Amino acid sequence: MAKPNPNDRKYTKEHEWAKIDEGNTVTMGITDHAQELLTDVVYVELPALGRKVRKMQPFAVVESVKSVSDIFAPVSGEVIEVNQALEATPELINKDAFGEGWIAKIKMDEPSELDSLMTAEGYEEHIGTNPH
Amino acid sequence: MKKTPLYERHLALGATMTEFGGWAMPVQYSGVIDEHRNTRTLAGLFDVCHMGEIEVRGPQALDLLQRVMSRNLAAQQIGEMKLSAITNQKGGIIDDVTVYKRGEDHYLVVTNAATREGDLEWILRARREKGFEKAEVTDLSDATGKIDIQGPIAQMILSEIVEGDLGSLRFYHAMETRVAGVDAMVSRSGYTGEDGFEVYTAAARIGEIWDLLLHVGDPHGLKPAGLGARDTLRLEAGMMLFGHEMCQTVTPYEVVYGWITDLDKDFIGRDALKKQKEDGVRKKLVGFELIDRGIARHGYPVLAAGEQVGEVTSGTFSPTLGKAIGLAFVPVSLKEPGSELEIEIRSQRARAKVVPLPFYRRKK
Repeated sequence: MAKPNPNDRKYTKEHEWAKIDEGNTVTMGITDHAQELLTDVVYVELPALGRKVRKMQPFAVVESVKSVSDIFAPVSGEVIEVNQALEATPELINKDAFGEGWIAKIKMDEPSELDSLMTAEGYEEHIGTNPH
Repeated sequence: MKKTPLYERHLALGATMTEFGGWAMPVQYSGVIDEHRNTRTLAGLFDVCHMGEIEVRGPQALDLLQRVMSRNLAAQQIGEMKLSAITNQKGGIIDDVTVYKRGEDHYLVVTNAATREGDLEWILRARREKGFEKAEVTDLSDATGKIDIQGPIAQMILSEIVEGDLGSLRFYHAMETRVAGVDAMVSRSGYTGEDGFEVYTAAARIGEIWDLLLHVGDPHGLKPAGLGARDTLRLEAGMMLFGHEMCQTVTPYEVVYGWITDLDKDFIGRDALKKQKEDGVRKKLVGFELIDRGIARHGYPVLAAGEQVGEVTSGTFSPTLGKAIGLAFVPVSLKEPGSELEIEIRSQRARAKVVPLPFYRRKK
């Protein structure tokens, strides 16, 4: 069973989470439900530092043994940090999707975009009706 | 989607299901890498009921099979199993199959799942064209259940419930026996690169064998394994998959099936293949390893000097080797191990090099 979805962050329909760090910066990753569906992450293609992204634009790739999945930016902004540890240990996403398996930090252009993302409760309802 | 007789068992085991060749199949239970490693170190149990079984019997059974198979089956003994290709007039591969000789004038052709109906039509057409009326062709696929038990301890586990001595069963040989008290045919063969067995019985009884194998095998570490692990295991072992490495426009010589193509006997496709062998092939299937980071997948372009020269047919992350591997078609000038290639992965170029096959060979 997937780990509970923490209440301290927001969620996308594509199974990303975004958590406000400080000011206008969010840390993002994929949900534990998503890593369960992916299984055994063996490769992560991280975005370039400084890259400008738009909300729900694919900007990273996570690969399992079987599949290749786009990861979408939950908010618009600039990539200011990426989780380099994933290059050597991509399985961190399987072990701790909401913590050590984070993917990138984004400096938001428009912090109000977060309001349009789902709460943990909304996300659970979303995956309850749409398990894929 | 069609369901195998073991479908409900997969759901009960918590498998993730997927569509494959028109069938609902388990892609994984505990996880692809876990099932892969378990099969390499202990044993894995695979539902392969989706595969096709076509029986060919009668005084002209061998004549018919010789007409459609690339392999010369003239010297095949009862109890022997042979890998063969079925080719079209141009030498293109319609399917790769195994042919069991179960008795005098009694053969079983085991096909891939998606190709079963085409194979049957093809064999029946050859039968009509040649007037081999004394070859009876029967599709036994729906009536047949098949499971594979693969891995270093497969023999120990299967021995507990099989009548007869598995130890004396040689590689690519089969015995008619009873498993879990049920009539079955067992061959020492498989699709993982490990020692192991393929077990055939009536579809209605396959569940009993599956259950008993898991029951007696569980304390030793036997685990069910899905199509995900089946694919990574076969790829590490350098084995090809129809629909990836092979299709009707690819010939046995372009892949690694020259050794099952016997030009000294008449079969459909022989003349084209004979010519190709004389002229030489232009492209060849090779194994490669990525030097740069990334994973190459089916369909990704292979580049040399910036130009597309080929295509990846299968690619994955190898759990045993801990690196990205794959199979690809390349021009013959690049087929030797050590040749450098580039593979286009999402519009970026990753360096790769040709390596000898198989990627993985078990220690005997």
